[in-house]
Amino acid sequence: MAVETCTAVELRGLTKRFGSVLANAGVNLQVKPGTIHGVIGENGAGKSTAMKMLCGIFPPDAGEILVHGHKHVWTSPADAIAAGIGMVHQHFMLAGPYSALDNILLGAEPVRLGVIERKKARDRLDALARQYRLPVDWNRPVEQLPVGVQQRVEILKLLYRDATILILDEPTAVLAPQETSVLFQQLKKLRDEGKTILLITHKLKEVMSVTDRVTVLRAGKVTGELETAQTSPQDLANLMVGRNVVLNITVPTSHPREETALEITGLSLTGAAGSRHRLTDVNVSVKRGEIVGIAGVEGNGQSEVLQAILHPRNSRRRTSGALTVLGNDVTSWEASRIRLLGVAVIPEDRQQEGLLLERSVIENFLLGLQRSPAFSRYGFLSSTKLQAAAATAIEEYDVRPRELVIPVKQLSGGNQQKLIIAREFQRQPRLLIAAQPTHGVDVGAIEFIHNRIVRARDEGAGVLLVSFELDEILTLSDRILVMYEGRIVAEYRRGEVSEQELGLKMAGS
Amino acid sequence: MRKFLQPVLAVLVGLGLGLGFTWIAGENPWCVVQILGKSAFGSGYDFGMTLFYTTPLIFTGLAVAVAFQAGLFNIGAEGQLTLGALAAAAVGALFRRLPWPVAPLLAGLAALLTGSVWGAIPGWLRAKRGSHEVINTIMLNFIAAGLASYVTLYLLKNPDTQNPETRAIGRGFLIHQFGMFGGAPVSTALPLAIMAAVLVWILLWQTAIGYEMRAVGQNESAARVAGIDASKIRILAMAMAGGLAGLVGVGEVLGNAGKFRLGFSPEYGFIGIAVALLGRNQPVGVVAAALLFGALHKGTANLDLETEHVTRDVSLILQALIILSVSAEGLWSWMKRRGDS
Repeated sequence: MAVETCTAVELRGLTKRFGSVLANAGVNLQVKPGTIHGVIGENGAGKSTAMKMLCGIFPPDAGEILVHGHKHVWTSPADAIAAGIGMVHQHFMLAGPYSALDNILLGAEPVRLGVIERKKARDRLDALARQYRLPVDWNRPVEQLPVGVQQRVEILKLLYRDATILILDEPTAVLAPQETSVLFQQLKKLRDEGKTILLITHKLKEVMSVTDRVTVLRAGKVTGELETAQTSPQDLANLMVGRNVVLNITVPTSHPREETALEITGLSLTGAAGSRHRLTDVNVSVKRGEIVGIAGVEGNGQSEVLQAILHPRNSRRRTSGALTVLGNDVTSWEASRIRLLGVAVIPEDRQQEGLLLERSVIENFLLGLQRSPAFSRYGFLSSTKLQAAAATAIEEYDVRPRELVIPVKQLSGGNQQKLIIAREFQRQPRLLIAAQPTHGVDVGAIEFIHNRIVRARDEGAGVLLVSFELDEILTLSDRILVMYEGRIVAEYRRGEVSEQELGLKMAGS
Repeated sequence: MRKFLQPVLAVLVGLGLGLGFTWIAGENPWCVVQILGKSAFGSGYDFGMTLFYTTPLIFTGLAVAVAFQAGLFNIGAEGQLTLGALAAAAVGALFRRLPWPVAPLLAGLAALLTGSVWGAIPGWLRAKRGSHEVINTIMLNFIAAGLASYVTLYLLKNPDTQNPETRAIGRGFLIHQFGMFGGAPVSTALPLAIMAAVLVWILLWQTAIGYEMRAVGQNESAARVAGIDASKIRILAMAMAGGLAGLVGVGEVLGNAGKFRLGFSPEYGFIGIAVALLGRNQPVGVVAAALLFGALHKGTANLDLETEHVTRDVSLILQALIILSVSAEGLWSWMKRRGDS
């Protein structure tokens, strides 16, 4: 019966402390071989910490790691790989200009007389790709491959190193919906071929659709380990958050005002010579007190619309069309002037466009507010007022940890997002541009952010919501616009459209 | 603590390597240290000369640091200080009769503004045309050198000497020199430099505009989305940097030579880069690093005379070794990591 009880991975009492933060407090976990095991929890619950200890990125302060029943102590990820454990990180570890083949070989080159035996390696990889149905164009530079394929390269990298236990850290965070379903098929195939998979995620839908068992973490501790088939999203959400969570909030009907918050007329953007137009005659009108959602698959022009709103003067972002914000024709305005009208922005790419990663929480809280009378007088910053306001805001918006001086890059993605929202709502916006407002944010926080957006609407803000999450669009939007290939192809009022119909429109039919 | 300790350690390592070098050259390193120390701090005059060299380095160090905080690499401090000094000398030579204190104020203002303009040009080119400030500041250094030669030799030539220098400035332009340094030309330019460092600190960390500069320096696209006019900020930061470098002219022209001498700067502008680097682009650090490089500059001057094998070039090697060990921070963290595991 030894085989029955043998686990592929077992963690016993794993503990890790970072400074004053206890990231893992006695984490226990058992994963059976040949299964997909979900590891879920809110941002900062300690999922990634536990997994990083499992694959040797840093050592635990206390506790044991057992692989196939044997105790191991890693000194580096190379040890873990040698024992068959590998990790696909959320942000890929690929050398962009190198081909997929070279990326996989990097660090494990089959060398004979100082020459890399690419042919031999390639034959082996072809066999692996066929066995697990993971097709990749070997010779293209990886930076030119779609993200879904880049992820496949990362998986093949591990398979090539004979990994039997694969850890995937938030693998769907970077994927479009279709890519996600392709990935899940591939994961199931890998499982059926005998691999063991640990899937770190905070998305309940994914857990339900692909895992066999699931371990829930909260605040560094395991709060439950369950068979997926015997649980529900609601139960998991409650375990993750530690209270009763409302998964889909109910939004009261809107009372739009007469005043228009945002008016986009005839916005077009030509692409590179020969390619199709990136935006064609886009017209959007948002009244104050209503939420207008733009639905669409990623890459159908939503980013371009957002960029044109923020930087209308830039000719690379707008070929023709006009832009009116709160009654002002801002077509030739700088972003700085537009923002002064009371425009809050939750940017699409929070790290690139929303944060100063190296700087402290408090300095990031100030970004864009440095001229507001609340925090500056005659051009001098008032650090006491700022500190008080920032402390109140991170309390109210539940940014964890509650520290003002740590660099923002040390916060988890969800907490970074909450910080941006806390900051932008300080403006008491009359127009809110919200792009992927809950991207990478955990369930408890999603409820919170959604409620905030609705409250902003009810206080008189016009909201332009751009999201790839259909649930989010359907829950929040008073009106829904569908974008496909740079055009608005459909418009609905709340409740007029089903998820299926919306999905079809987004796919261009 | 580590932030403070690391540069100090880097300096010691660099100094150690440099002394090792003198040992290879055939000198007793202990004697070299003694000569260095004595010649930089040994008497009131020596210390005064150290402070005299420190003053321009504070200005150029700040000029590089301010630009750096706004995400710009100012290699143009040399050109900015050349024209700043030339402007001060020109005002002094053309309006000789102006009385104190209007005269030095006016000349100082001229130095500040000329430096600012010379800094703002690459700032503007970067902000509006996207051409890189490293290239443009280097090019403007050459133009500044050419301009300075032309003005000195053809427009404001001192008729009484063969030296390449301008006519003397009016007496009313001379600023106070401190008497306690045995005749070393330490003038009010030194307190001015320290005041400049304090003002830069206040500007960068206590005002909205300084915050905007640092935000642009950290992440330009986030700053733009937040409504900060990054182009304006860039131009402003470079203008400020240029102005700071231009103030070198106050110490040199009004506090020391009383005229503009071609080639008066032993590359203060470039040493300023090292000063900013060692001072971590912080005003306090810049002042401390400027004092160190000032002492090195003075100290090594005597090495040439008092030893057999060590020449003035060793000063440059010492400076280079210190810069190398400062920038070898990565190596330091790496060794620390290995020590941990």
